[in-house]
Amino acid sequence: MSVPRFWRRLKNLYNLIGTHCSKCGGYYYPPRNMCPKCRRNGLVVPFKFKGVGEVVTFTIVHSAAKDFAKNTPYILAIIKLDEGPRLTSQVICNHNDIHIGMKVKSAFRKLGEESEKGMIYYGTKFVPLIDP
Amino acid sequence: MNVGIVSYGAYIPHYRIKIEEIAKVWGDDASSILDGLMIYEKSVPDMDEDTITIAVEAARHAINRAGVDPGRIGAIFTGSESHPYAVKPTSTVVAEAIGATPNLTVADFEFACKAGTAAIQACMGLAESGIVDLGMAIGADVSQGAPGDALEYSAAAGGVAYVIGKNDLIANIESTYSFTTDTPDFWRREGMPYPEHGGRFTGEPGYFKHVTSAATGLMKRIGTKPSDYNYAIFHQPNGKFPTRVAKILGFSNEQIKPGLVVPRLGNTYSGSCMMGLAATLDIAKPGDRIFMTAFGSGAGSDAFSIVVTDRIDEIRNCAPSVEKLLSNPIYMDYATYAKHKGKIKL
Amino acid sequence: MRDVAIIGVGCTEFGELWDKSFRELFVEAGISAIEDANIQGGKIDALYVGNMSGGRFIEQEHIGSLIADYAGLAGLHIPSTRVEAACASGGLALRQGILAVASGYHDIVIAGGAEKMTDVSVETTTDALAAAADREWEGIMGATFPGLYAMIARLHMHKYGTTREQLASVAVKNHHNGTMNPKAQFQNEISIEAVLNSVMVADPLHVFDCSPITDGGSAVVLAPADVAHKYTDTPIYLKASAQASGTLSLHDRPDITTLDATVAAANRAYKMAKVTPNDIDFAEVHDCFTIAEICAIEDLGFVKKGEGGKATESGMTAIGGKIPINPSGGLKACGHPVGATGVKQAVEITLQLRGEAGKRQVNGAEIGLTHNVGGSGGTAVVHIFGRER
Repeated sequence: MSVPRFWRRLKNLYNLIGTHCSKCGGYYYPPRNMCPKCRRNGLVVPFKFKGVGEVVTFTIVHSAAKDFAKNTPYILAIIKLDEGPRLTSQVICNHNDIHIGMKVKSAFRKLGEESEKGMIYYGTKFVPLIDP
Repeated sequence: MNVGIVSYGAYIPHYRIKIEEIAKVWGDDASSILDGLMIYEKSVPDMDEDTITIAVEAARHAINRAGVDPGRIGAIFTGSESHPYAVKPTSTVVAEAIGATPNLTVADFEFACKAGTAAIQACMGLAESGIVDLGMAIGADVSQGAPGDALEYSAAAGGVAYVIGKNDLIANIESTYSFTTDTPDFWRREGMPYPEHGGRFTGEPGYFKHVTSAATGLMKRIGTKPSDYNYAIFHQPNGKFPTRVAKILGFSNEQIKPGLVVPRLGNTYSGSCMMGLAATLDIAKPGDRIFMTAFGSGAGSDAFSIVVTDRIDEIRNCAPSVEKLLSNPIYMDYATYAKHKGKIKL
Repeated sequence: MRDVAIIGVGCTEFGELWDKSFRELFVEAGISAIEDANIQGGKIDALYVGNMSGGRFIEQEHIGSLIADYAGLAGLHIPSTRVEAACASGGLALRQGILAVASGYHDIVIAGGAEKMTDVSVETTTDALAAAADREWEGIMGATFPGLYAMIARLHMHKYGTTREQLASVAVKNHHNGTMNPKAQFQNEISIEAVLNSVMVADPLHVFDCSPITDGGSAVVLAPADVAHKYTDTPIYLKASAQASGTLSLHDRPDITTLDATVAAANRAYKMAKVTPNDIDFAEVHDCFTIAEICAIEDLGFVKKGEGGKATESGMTAIGGKIPINPSGGLKACGHPVGATGVKQAVEITLQLRGEAGKRQVNGAEIGLTHNVGGSGGTAVVHIFGRER
């Protein structure tokens, strides 16, 4: 991911800012500049999600792409936010505790880095809503 | 002074390593280290945590605790000796991540372990002068100790954020006083991964001289004595130094007890003293008077006299307490610790 | 619209082909296809080349021109087009070739695909494949392809009680089929225990649940059905070509355990071919992971949703079962050179319908189906072929 490409999405990644269609009431994260339901008739505006949701499904990644290799094993999950949309992120918890339906909340973490010399990417991961 | 603390927030990573586990690797005698340092375990950051993520989590807790509108924050200063970037501010990330951008000034501070309290002083000036409505001062570190070095037993991870302003205070800062000299007791050169230190030289000419000078200077200026305070916090690179300096100055063990977090946390450097203050605010009652003196190698001390207001009871429980952050730790072995701290080069 | 037939097929061996380059793989497959069709190169009107990631795997774009050139067709200025839809690139190249012939624009068309995946490190391959997912919202979070399918598997197990052993039974069956395919990357039997004891890649998927990293090429020669008999005694007729899109990201899928693009493409194909799933005698489906085959046989309508695991375990999808799935060994055993896979599936269907599949022959096969998926289900391509027009 190049610097401008990350920078363009930084507010979204830091603060879970997605979009809301004020026409159909749909909530979208990741953000979309067109409502997939109303298409051109929709009216999308930025929307900040609370950052609370639950685990829909998950995996523990043991074999990762190069940029993530030093973080294995890590939990990758699909999370359904309370407002409705689902997103992909990591869950930081004991690997024995993760389960489908687990309530989670957002946390600010490093997503990765280009190299030892390069840019560091920050964004939103998730932690258990209630400490086990 | 009509300025003080509007809110505060702390963050401590979940992981800990016990002193015994480190001593085992280097063949050191754990019990003599425990006696010498009065540190039982220290916090360790997760693989994806650094000073920036810790500063952001602490800042978010501070914002949430008092329901502060981030748009009111006109300055953010983050003190740390482990900023992830040598050039590129930690504070810009914090500002963006708490939604305080773009109408504010930010900068990163460095003064060994007292950069965070220097940030509080800067915010006090800006807030009291009316240049900013609110200022945020953060002390956060993922401090480093070279493998096998004495520092490895204490260098921990954590951060604390204070929102400074003039209204809706939970604690009024009556006065602050600093004492600074050029004393090379501890340093880290540009590009070097681990700090160097002067061993026992860090004690008398460093810590004790500066802490006692700043503390007595402040009490003299405002005409207070140790018995006027309910609580006191001194920079805590280990458990021994603050206990000894308290005794020298005439503070009791009871006064320093709530703020002495180092035995279970380790030294969070720029977060150290401020974490002790947060732990004290967690239990303080309206009207309580708190004395705090930070120390940063290099060297200098910042002393503060603080009076808690009625508002503390309204917002105290709206963010996690230091005690909560210290509870339920996950212990790790030295190998995992080395991986987390980047001591294993990939 | 004209009816279309396959008049020739060709395929390289699949595997870690250290001494063969990308261009050589495609040319080798293409030559064997036109030899099979018994035509001269000069008769070719157009080329369609399925290739996912030349840019990442061999740092080469402009694949269409490269292939035309090395196939000796640049001098004749034959139009050559690269087609990309991640792992469905081959299926889509085939479909583009079919559309070109059906429309009447071209008569003799080569549709092929190739991928050279072993010139780079496994980490780079993993990252290149992850580009089939949403880089900005999945990849940046550490999503890998095995990771995404592992999340499908986890939910499938949770919702339908699919067992780890049932997942493994897909790999065991496909490896068994692979033993009868001399071009397959893996021609060895494996056991359920071997799958369960293999290295964990993305829990619950082990390395034996995953298709391998493979080099290979495949090609078919397409012609108008009306003239197909001029070239071959056994033309295989296209009965339907359908393609459907789904959300790029798995998290946006209405039901995470259903590749709804597969459902849509299959329904279109069945309608076009005027058949039902019951009429399909066998199928080559996209088993990039064991769970993918279970979802595929459900989403294609061969079994009810949630019963794919049980069906596989019961032997229903083995050669000789009610509906043999992946007699070639599938992506799992035959290998998965991503751009080539969709075309290789049509090569297998052709061999089976001609009765030339050797030991792995599905007896009495009249109608076969191919199913090729891009990414976690963002693209699905379904083709139906028959012995009769």
